[in-house]
Amino acid sequence: MKLPIYMDNHATTPMDPRVFDVMKPYFTEVFGNAASRNHSFGWEAEEATEKARKQIADLIGATPKEIVFTSGATESNNLALKGISEMYAERGNHIITQVTEHKAVLDTCKRLEKEGVRVTYLPVKQDGLIDLDQLREAITDKTILISIMYANNEIGVVQPMQDIGKIAKEKGVLFHSDAVQAVGKIPVNVMADGIDLLSLTGHKLYGPKGCGALYVRRRNPRVQITAQMDGGGHERGMRSGTLNVPGIVGLGAACEIAKREMAEESKRLSFLRDKLKNKLMTELDEVYINGSMEHRLPHNLNISFAYVEGESLLMGINDIAVSSGSACTSATLEPSYVLKALGAGDDLAHSSIRFGIGRFNTEPEVDYVSNKVIDVVRKLRELSPLYEMAKEGVDLSKVVWAAH
Amino acid sequence: MAYSDKVLDHYKNPRNVGSLDKSSPDVGTGMVGAPECGDVMKLQVKVNPETGVIEDAKFKTFGCGSAIASSSLATEWLKGRTVDQALHIKNTDIVNELSLPPVKIHCSVLAEDAIKAAIGDYKNKRNAAKPEAVAVS
Repeated sequence: MKLPIYMDNHATTPMDPRVFDVMKPYFTEVFGNAASRNHSFGWEAEEATEKARKQIADLIGATPKEIVFTSGATESNNLALKGISEMYAERGNHIITQVTEHKAVLDTCKRLEKEGVRVTYLPVKQDGLIDLDQLREAITDKTILISIMYANNEIGVVQPMQDIGKIAKEKGVLFHSDAVQAVGKIPVNVMADGIDLLSLTGHKLYGPKGCGALYVRRRNPRVQITAQMDGGGHERGMRSGTLNVPGIVGLGAACEIAKREMAEESKRLSFLRDKLKNKLMTELDEVYINGSMEHRLPHNLNISFAYVEGESLLMGINDIAVSSGSACTSATLEPSYVLKALGAGDDLAHSSIRFGIGRFNTEPEVDYVSNKVIDVVRKLRELSPLYEMAKEGVDLSKVVWAAH
Repeated sequence: MAYSDKVLDHYKNPRNVGSLDKSSPDVGTGMVGAPECGDVMKLQVKVNPETGVIEDAKFKTFGCGSAIASSSLATEWLKGRTVDQALHIKNTDIVNELSLPPVKIHCSVLAEDAIKAAIGDYKNKRNAAKPEAVAVS
């Protein structure tokens, strides 16, 4: 077993060597511009991107012409939200999303609000799921778009996509989903789920960084978006810019592998995840799972170790790469807004660790990680005045703290 | 973020972890911070009532590595000082000793607050223990 161990696969995934092998010739030998129509260099490049378009479409139940290549999911989300609100401005100016979205959606909505778009941010229940009745009630005759992520990047909670899709269809509202964490991990089908626009990216499914896609439905209904990048009119006018051929080839290959291996891989990962969870919960007291266990990605575990601060825990397990919702680990010095939205209290957000198990993690690694985490949590609890007080029977919620 | 060697050392081998009897008249206890802010420090001093010298100091901290290191260092510095000398320990001394980056300065502030709170608690107990106070209780 090699150290350090990478177990932060929601942040990014290592590239599958099989993907890299497929990409290699497209950096040097097959370097043509896919938009060059007059010579074989261009044709070869175009052929490669069209193959990838089909591989991506196949993974999500779409058709190749519905795939628009972008630089990644942040761009896809921007293009979807801004492109829709501009295109459908005459029909309405209201967007519905949720508080636990990724910043790429939330900050795009904030920008749109400044431009006069009205945005409803649905709260989530304690399990991280939205309330479908609240969604229904939020829809007005001015609503043009619902944007709800498929699976959350921190707590791995999977939203009821088919139900949301049905509601959107019923009300004649378009439905966009940021599906970066779900595509390639669990079955995603834009037809069955009733999704009209979907964002995905290569580097979350063992493909390259800097390459993503936006699915834009062409039938029932035909969805149109206003381009946000002006130029050569690539991607049927929706996204100008010379195609990143090696990246696109890699994204396609990653999707093909994911489609082929998903069933088996998700079984293996959920076994490892459950092993990790059970070990931690058996060996340690006062451990809390954040978000629904039932509606969850198979490889995600987000767990709070009460009375232990997340950054100090990360420091103790510095040969393991994971993330924490603690304020000290964020650029803003605020604890995770996703965990706060669950209503569990800031103290549990400070104590949270996110494990993202991936294709290349092994069972011995999971065993090593669980043992190490247990050791460090015990050590830090020995150091924790809160743990001492809790053991003495002090109700910490009733203590008046000298906040600073 | 990269931690200084001294922070790492205090984190790996924290000095003077533990608790003193908070009901003892010779022990001063300071508890500062709040769980929802991500750090709570408990710092205790045991003072020789004859000399005013701090004979023992203990801490427990819920917080990041820099908060643990700041309080661990504080207990080291407190031992052997008189109560009044202890009040001269400044957060900037801790920042310098541990090479804390700007985002971690609040950890040193918290440690200074904990020292003041512990000494304050000890002094309150001493005042309360004077004859007139005893008569009241």
